[in-house]
Amino acid sequence: MASCVTPDGIKKIAYSASVMRYDIVDMISKAGSGHPGGSLSATDIVASLYLSGIMNCNKDNLDDPRRDRFVLSKGHAAPVLYAVLAQIGVIDREELGTLRQLHSRLQGHPDHLKLPGVEVSTGSLGQGLSISAGMALGLKMSYGSEAPTVFTLIGDGESQEGQVWEAAEFANHYGIANLVAILDYNNLQIDGHCSDVMDVSPVTKRWEAFGWHVIEVDGHDIEAVCNALQEAKDYQDGPVMIVAKTIKGKGVSFMEDQAGWHGKAPDADQTKQALEELKATIAAAREEMEA
Amino acid sequence: MAEKKATRAAYGETLVELVNEGVDVVAVDADLTGSTTTKVLGQEYPNRLINVGIAEQNMIDVAAGLSLTGKVAFTGSFAVFGTGRVYDQIRNTVCYSKLNVKIAPTHAGISVGPDGGSHQMVEDISLMRTLPNMRVLVPSDYMSAKQAIRIAAAADGPFYVRLGRAKLPQVYGPDDIFELGCAKVLNEGSDVTIIACGAEVNESLEAAKLLASQGISAEVIDAFCIKPLDAETIIKSAEKTGAVITAEEHSIYGGLGSAVAEVLGENLPTKMVRIGMQDTFGTSGSADELFKEFGIDAESIAKAAAKLIGK
Ligand SMILES: Cc1ncc(C[n+]2csc(CCOP(=O)(O)OP(=O)(O)O)c2C)c(N)n1
Ligand SMILES: [Mg+2]
Repeated sequence: MASCVTPDGIKKIAYSASVMRYDIVDMISKAGSGHPGGSLSATDIVASLYLSGIMNCNKDNLDDPRRDRFVLSKGHAAPVLYAVLAQIGVIDREELGTLRQLHSRLQGHPDHLKLPGVEVSTGSLGQGLSISAGMALGLKMSYGSEAPTVFTLIGDGESQEGQVWEAAEFANHYGIANLVAILDYNNLQIDGHCSDVMDVSPVTKRWEAFGWHVIEVDGHDIEAVCNALQEAKDYQDGPVMIVAKTIKGKGVSFMEDQAGWHGKAPDADQTKQALEELKATIAAAREEMEA
Repeated sequence: MAEKKATRAAYGETLVELVNEGVDVVAVDADLTGSTTTKVLGQEYPNRLINVGIAEQNMIDVAAGLSLTGKVAFTGSFAVFGTGRVYDQIRNTVCYSKLNVKIAPTHAGISVGPDGGSHQMVEDISLMRTLPNMRVLVPSDYMSAKQAIRIAAAADGPFYVRLGRAKLPQVYGPDDIFELGCAKVLNEGSDVTIIACGAEVNESLEAAKLLASQGISAEVIDAFCIKPLDAETIIKSAEKTGAVITAEEHSIYGGLGSAVAEVLGENLPTKMVRIGMQDTFGTSGSADELFKEFGIDAESIAKAAAKLIGK
C-alpha cells in the first residue's frame, strides 16, 4: 500500500517525535514528577496524529466546530500532549518548563479550562472513550456525512475499566464511524505487566467481538501508524480501534519496558543520561531528514 | 384543587418544548426512558433521545461529549444511579471541565416508595452540592420542575435537577416565576421559619396550617435552589422569627439542612432543627407511610417547630 504521507513527511515526523521525547524527559525532570513511561510509548502515535495532516486540527482552527478532535483518555500522559502542542505552536516550548508548577497552564493532567487544545480534562481513567463517542455522535448529528473525526488514545491498563466496554458496545450499536480509538499496547500498568496484573489479551479479538474494526500496527513505525490512522479515518462502517504495539519508556534505554518508570521523574544523573541519548536520536533523525 | 402530578412528569415534556423552541437539547438515558419520561422526547424527536442501555457511567460521559459539540445534554436514570454510581464521571469530567451537562435523574428521595432503600436516594443533594461548578435545583411540584429544567437548559454549565416519582399536590401556578438563586416565601409568619425543598414544601405548608391552629405563626420558605442558596431570604426570615426548621426528603447530612446551618452559623447563629433522614437508609412502603415512619410528614414538622419555640 502506498503511504498516505510522503517519505520526507515521515522523516519530518520522526524528527519532531525525537524532539518531543527530549521535551518530555526534560519537562518531567524539571517538574520533579510526572509520567515518562506512557508519554514516551505514545510519542510516535501522537506525533503522527498531529503532524501528518491526517487529523484536521491545528493552532488556527481550535475554535472551528468542524475541526477533528483528539482526546487523551490516558491523561497521565499529559507531557506528550504538551510536547505536541509545542510542535504545532499552540504553546511555546519555553512554557513546557512550567509543567506541574503553581499557576501553570500545564497541569499534572490536562485541564480543558486552562489550556487551549485540551478538548476535555482527563486524568480519571476509563472515561475518554465515552466522551469521544459522545463527541463523535454529536458531530454526526450536526454535520452528517461531513462530520469531523474524533481520535482518542487509551492505555491498555485503562482498558480494564468496565466503562471502556460500555463505550465499546455503545459506539458499535450507534455505528459511530467517525470515532477512532488508539490503544497504547505497552503491556504495562502501575503494578507491573498487564499480563500479570490483569490480562487484557486477546486484545484484537475482544474489540472485534464488540463489533469494532481493528487495525494492528507497530506503534513506533511512523509510516505504519500514519497509514493506520488514514485507513481508520476513511473507514465508514463503524468505529475503529488501532491496536498499537508499543514499548513503554521508548527512546530512553533504562526506562524501556520498566514498570518503575510509569510515574517517576529521573534524578540529575538519570536526566543527563536520558537527554544525551535523546540528543543522539535527534541528531540521527535530523541527518535522515536532511539527507 | 388541581390534580396531583410528579415532578418527573415535567421532564420529557419540557425537553420537547425546548426543542420546539429551537434549543439544541439531547437527552441521554439508561434503559429507564419510561420511568424518567424522556421517552416522550424520543417519540417526538427520535434522534434526540440516546439510550445507552444499562451503562450509567457511559451515559454521563456521552452527555459530556455531546455538550462539547454544542448540545445541551441532559442525563437521566434513577437518582441513586444517576448521581451516586457516576459521581466520578460527574466530578472529573462534567464539573472539572465545566461542561454544559444537566444531571436530571428521577426517583430521588424516599417517596420512591415500595422499591425500598436500594432505590431511595437520600444523599444526592449532598454529593452534588459539594462539587465546584455545580448548581443544584430541587423543585417541589410539577410547575416548578418545568421551570427548573428551563433554568438549567438556559444557563451554561453543570446543573443538578432533583426530580421525583411521587405525585405531589401543585404548589405553584403558571404565573409563578423562578430564578436561579432565589427562594420563595410561600407563607409569611413571625414565630418560626420552616425552610423546605422538594416534596417537603407541601408538607411544610400543611405543617404551617397545623401550627396556625395552635396559634403559632410559621413562615414557610421553598428553598428551590440549594446552590447557590438564597442566603439573604434565609437570614431575613431567621432575623424575624429567631427559630428555623429545615425539611427535606434527604439525609440531614450535607443537604438543605446543612446548607442553611452553614449560612446561619456564619451570619446569624439561630436555633435550628433539621428534619430529614436521620443517618439512615429508607425502606419499602408507600410514600405517605414512609414520610410518617421517618418523621418527615407535616405532623412531625409541626411538632418539631412547636418544640423548638418552646410551645
Ligand atoms: C480511575 C483511575 N484509577 C486509577 C488511576 C491511577 N493510575 C494512573 S495511570 C495508571 C496506570 C495506567 O496504565 P495504562 O492505562 O496502561 O497507561 P500507560 O501504560 O500507557 O501509561 C493508574 C492505575 C487513575 N488515574 N484513574
Ligand atoms: Mg500500559
